[in-house]
Amino acid sequence: MSTTVATPRFDELPTHLDRAVVKSWKVPAIFAVFTVVGIVLFVVLGRNGVTHFNLSTSTDLIKLPIAAVPTRGAGIIVVIVSAVLTAIAVALSYTARKVPLGVITLFAVVFFAGFLTWAAAGHTLAVPGLLLSAIGISVPLIFGALGGVVSERVGVVNVAIEGQLLAGAFVSAVVATVTHQALIGFIAAMVAGVLVSAILAVFSITYLVDQVIVGVVLNVLVIGLTDFLYSQVLASNAPTLNAPPHFPFLPIPILSGIPVIGPALFRQTIIVYLMYAAIFLVWFALFKTRWGLRVRAVGEHPTAADTVGINVNRTRFLNVLLAGAIAGAGGAYYSLAASPLFTREVTAGAGYIALAAVIFGRWNPLLATLAALLFGFTSSLQFSLSAAGSPVPSEFMLMLPYVVTILAVAGLVGHSRGPAASGKPYIKS
Amino acid sequence: MTATTKSDAPRPSTTPPAPDEEQSSQFQKYVRDIMGGSAVLSVLAVVIALVVGAVLIAVTDPGVQAASAYFFGRPSDTLTAIWSAISGAYAALFQGAVYNFGAADFLSGIKPLTDTLTDSTSLIAAGLGIALSFRIGLFNIGGQGQILAAAACAGWVGFTVHAPFPLLLILALLAGLFGGAIWAGIVGFLKAQTGANEVIVTIMLNFVAFYLVSYLLKVPVLQAPGSTNPQTPPMLPGAIFPPLLGPNYLVTVGFLFVVGATVFLWWLLNRSSLGFQFRAIGDNPRAARTAGINVNRLYVYGMLISGALVGLAGANQVQGVITTGFSSGIDSGIGFSAITVALLGRSKPWGVFGAGILFGAFQAGGYTMQAAQNVPVDIVLVVQSVIVLFLAAPPLVRKIFHLPTPGSTPKPKQKKSAPESAPKAEIVQKEGAAQ
Repeated sequence: MSTTVATPRFDELPTHLDRAVVKSWKVPAIFAVFTVVGIVLFVVLGRNGVTHFNLSTSTDLIKLPIAAVPTRGAGIIVVIVSAVLTAIAVALSYTARKVPLGVITLFAVVFFAGFLTWAAAGHTLAVPGLLLSAIGISVPLIFGALGGVVSERVGVVNVAIEGQLLAGAFVSAVVATVTHQALIGFIAAMVAGVLVSAILAVFSITYLVDQVIVGVVLNVLVIGLTDFLYSQVLASNAPTLNAPPHFPFLPIPILSGIPVIGPALFRQTIIVYLMYAAIFLVWFALFKTRWGLRVRAVGEHPTAADTVGINVNRTRFLNVLLAGAIAGAGGAYYSLAASPLFTREVTAGAGYIALAAVIFGRWNPLLATLAALLFGFTSSLQFSLSAAGSPVPSEFMLMLPYVVTILAVAGLVGHSRGPAASGKPYIKS
Repeated sequence: MTATTKSDAPRPSTTPPAPDEEQSSQFQKYVRDIMGGSAVLSVLAVVIALVVGAVLIAVTDPGVQAASAYFFGRPSDTLTAIWSAISGAYAALFQGAVYNFGAADFLSGIKPLTDTLTDSTSLIAAGLGIALSFRIGLFNIGGQGQILAAAACAGWVGFTVHAPFPLLLILALLAGLFGGAIWAGIVGFLKAQTGANEVIVTIMLNFVAFYLVSYLLKVPVLQAPGSTNPQTPPMLPGAIFPPLLGPNYLVTVGFLFVVGATVFLWWLLNRSSLGFQFRAIGDNPRAARTAGINVNRLYVYGMLISGALVGLAGANQVQGVITTGFSSGIDSGIGFSAITVALLGRSKPWGVFGAGILFGAFQAGGYTMQAAQNVPVDIVLVVQSVIVLFLAAPPLVRKIFHLPTPGSTPKPKQKKSAPESAPKAEIVQKEGAAQ
């Protein structure tokens, strides 16, 4: 039973047994690899000194003291905890049980903490600032990933996330500047995302052009359009066309007072709060409502969905538009919150990271959000660590999301299988 | 892709027409096939794209905006401004890409055409690689990463190995082909071993290559000694592609290599057993597997060759285009343009060659247009992507221009001229078959 099943069509029956045998050894193996890496980095190549963690900012209600952690000692503790978690994972796998997500998350957090301590030896890391910038980088990624999840769940590969983000950023900057209303700019960004999606939908659903090709070409088109309009129109008329008003920060009274994570999560603009709502809504709608069941049915088995009376192409069309609206909203974050104005290719490949988050998050809105957060965190870590004199080159930190995604797609990390009919046009016979 | 070819290929007519009207209807069919066929569609896609470009140029032109402020007072001013903006831009595009009428003599007037060839060299090479992957049914979106890997390898050999002229040139070129092949080979290997989706892997490898090359440019592997800029030292003279048409023109022997690569790919796909197997996999991987073709191994071979062809573009970038030392932007977007080149060329070697020359012309002319008319060169990206979008959707172009579908019969006319000779049942049958 342990052999892999050749034809994906019949993997319904044996998967259960398969999974119990094949999948369970991956997690302990990865844990073991990271534990060994930890032993090498934190103990063998351990750095002496003290790492300081600045846990609160000057405006916090509850002031935490600066935590001073002896680097080598912390490394040894981290390695021990990692080894214990690995042993637990081995024990679970031995009895053919699944390693819970909580254990995996705990392992990741512990290892990350150890890595931070090791990399910033002899320096001070400002944790709230690190988290704040991580959230800032993650917001467009999360919006993009949610758009990707919705679109791929309904069976349309959305490579055009980059284009949707960029179009949203551009349009929101111009509209918000002209109307002097950030909110109108935000809505315009969603409309822009819908327009990009509409092209994707028309070409891939109505005219059956390959979805990946349309997506790639759309990205080039949007980059070309925004670059052209930026250099031709915006650059010379910046005060009248590219000086968008920004959303104010709205601290949530009690929650923003939580030490360490409070300011990063709850002292934000309305876009971020809308993002929290969007994460929940997409998850709830996909898995708990009739609409979500239909969307997933269309993405997994369009013929079956058609047989029970769901209009496959209509469902796909509408949900691709919805995906565009979500991703476009993420684009608005660049122009209306993160940076003072729109600049050329401000997204800089964020759409592709969002695509990676969709896959790494196994097409699940919550996991995709976590993946986007992880990617955002590693990106922001790179800034903090290069400031703290880390021995790891920043390029390798920036490379991490992509390498992790390749490993995920290759089946080395977890088990990533997309919606069965994603990427295939549906032709009613 | 499959959808494109499906709707594009002329369908074989199931029933031959009656003998007495065979000639005229045959002729009509040819006319219809040509009018609705791929050549006309390609031209029309280019026309649509140029119209889109014209609209963008006209709308954003400052002169037009100034004149449109008093449009209802003197509409002719606006129209004149629109005409001068569009015609000025496209005339500059043409003069920058084909022939400069302002030049003193023919030899300097023809220089833009040779610039077009220069700009098309890398585009064709990378386009050939992408086209090969398309023919195998793989989407190689990783042109950028493969060009970067190839440029790093070719560049490293080109400025470290001290060898005489033709030897070093060949060594660096081979290093480039090797770098591209390895970078794409990873994708083929993962696809064959684990079934990893090549679209995702190639996109991710683009970023990995970018950051890897950025890193190597910061350490003394690729970085010029004594410099703090992330830039390599210049190529050694022995590694540089010599000019093809004398020192007055920029076009190098790299163009000859690309012509050779086109011939090679044509031979590979149409005359070799390996190419036959590639095409068989591209048409139907399951049938190919049933026929005894080792699909997984051929995925690896295909990606290796595809990457080597893209690697030729990378080598050309460092040995022919930017020989004074390069940075991590050496790919200059060719990886993605190559996808559009391969699509425009319908993944056929000589089609890619022609498409590469066309896009090279846009690029060469685009810079002239930017310098002469202040129209940003980015419009070329818009025009290129619109071309590819419309090219990929022949039914849409046919709808816009009211063109016939190839293989279809002109129904109303036939009914008028010879209602008896074409029985209704046959038409119904054909329509059924067409759908």
